[in-house]
Amino acid sequence: MNQGSILPLRLAEVSFTVGGPAIIDRVSLEIDAGPSTIILGANGAGKSVLMRLMHGLLAPSSGRIEWSSPERPGAPRKQAMVFQRPVMLRRSAYANVAYALKIAGILEPRRGALVREALDSVGLSHLARRPARVLSGGEQQRLALARAWALHPEVLFLDEPTASLDPSATREIESVIKAFDAAGTKVVMATHNLGQARRLGDEILFLDQGRLVERAPVVEFFARPKSEQAAAFIKGELPWT
Amino acid sequence: MSEALTAAVEMLVRLDPKLVEIVLLSLRVSLSAVAISALLGLPVGAAIAVGRFPGRQTVIVLLNALMGLPPVVVGLLVYLLLSRAGPLGALGILFTPLAMVVAQSILILPIIAALSRQAIDDAWREYEEQLRSLGARRMNAALTLLWDTRFSLLTTILAGFGRAAAEVGAVMIVGGNIDGVTRVMTTAIALETSKGDLPLALGLGMILIAIVIAVNAAAYLTKELAQRRYG
Ligand SMILES: Nc1ncnc2c1ncn2[C@@H]1O[C@H](COP(=O)(O)OP(=O)(O)OP(=O)(O)O)[C@@H](O)[C@H]1O
Ligand SMILES: [Mg+2]
Repeated sequence: MNQGSILPLRLAEVSFTVGGPAIIDRVSLEIDAGPSTIILGANGAGKSVLMRLMHGLLAPSSGRIEWSSPERPGAPRKQAMVFQRPVMLRRSAYANVAYALKIAGILEPRRGALVREALDSVGLSHLARRPARVLSGGEQQRLALARAWALHPEVLFLDEPTASLDPSATREIESVIKAFDAAGTKVVMATHNLGQARRLGDEILFLDQGRLVERAPVVEFFARPKSEQAAAFIKGELPWT
Repeated sequence: MSEALTAAVEMLVRLDPKLVEIVLLSLRVSLSAVAISALLGLPVGAAIAVGRFPGRQTVIVLLNALMGLPPVVVGLLVYLLLSRAGPLGALGILFTPLAMVVAQSILILPIIAALSRQAIDDAWREYEEQLRSLGARRMNAALTLLWDTRFSLLTTILAGFGRAAAEVGAVMIVGGNIDGVTRVMTTAIALETSKGDLPLALGLGMILIAIVIAVNAAAYLTKELAQRRYG
């Protein structure tokens, strides 16, 4: 890998438990630069928790999570995340993106151009001055994407980034995500949209009740799922009872 | 009674100098106290909200309990501190407006700290993951939250001011209600009523009520407007 890269990311026997049964159950895997990774699984399978663990927001109950070059606390992060429910600060859309850049240590003179570029890439330039919290759900989702993108992270975690978007906005966002990918950002994304997984993904991680049941290239996963659970999931027989 | 009321209104209309003096001193004392308490209380509230330290729960419970501190007790404590034999007696500020500012600051500091802690804590719960994801450190996060909860905090400060302006026990004890020096609205009302000078008491009472209503209206409107404007 190129110098100073934080990838690959290695998870070794990672579990996450809060009282009851394991939410993430002994997951081991390596995430490399390059292919887009899509995380699939039924509601409650542990997709969001797994991404939070990877992103460093949760500490594993056991096991190890290691980036190839560890993050120094306080140093600008080389990874970003767009949450399933993005949180906007009580300020304008523009200021929300600028805030992220400021935290990342990017100085004022360079911020303006980066903010405008990021807002432009998600089609929100015309709403730059609008208070972020009065934007619609889909607009906030796009703003969250712009905020993450403005940082030009090496790794971008996306938790169902198009869940609340209409079809045309979804296409728009997908093309934005493709552009991120083309620009060399490693995309790790959870989605329930199988079409989207096919369009954007290179490889699939399939979770079932906190266990990593299957990992396969996209085409192979959909054509010949190896596990029963994955086959059922693809057919839409979601065994969530 | 109606005579007293007419006289009171008449005093208000012609801006009776004695009445004006008392009102101005009241405002000076309570606004100073609220400024000091806000300056100390907001950072304290933010630090407790965002910080993780042993005994945090206890501190929160204590702070909440201190919100109900009786003014006379605060007055008594400050009196003991500032009286000639007290540890701070050498300052010689007992029975001055400064002593009243000190007492009211102590009275409303817990109110501002506790209410802001609550507001910032709620916001932190909502923002924590996002801010940590962006790489914000705690200090940074605290400042961000102070700004993002600014409208709730303004309401908090106004609540503190309302409490200060309306209390009588603390300023009575440490100020002494000296005519022209430490006589404020509430102590004047107490004294004039007992002396039977109802017009002045009533006039001051009306102003006090007007101030309290104005403060609450301002608090309500700020929140309402902010909610509509910023979501
Ligand atoms: N902090 C927590 N404490 C306790 N339980 C949790 C916590 N976070 C998540 N869980 C539980 O872990 C399970 C997995 O949650 P997670 O959010 O990862 O699911 P998901 O795969 O993202 O589902 P969805 O498709 O609905 O977003 C859920 O049953 C959830 O209730
Ligand atoms: Mg989820």
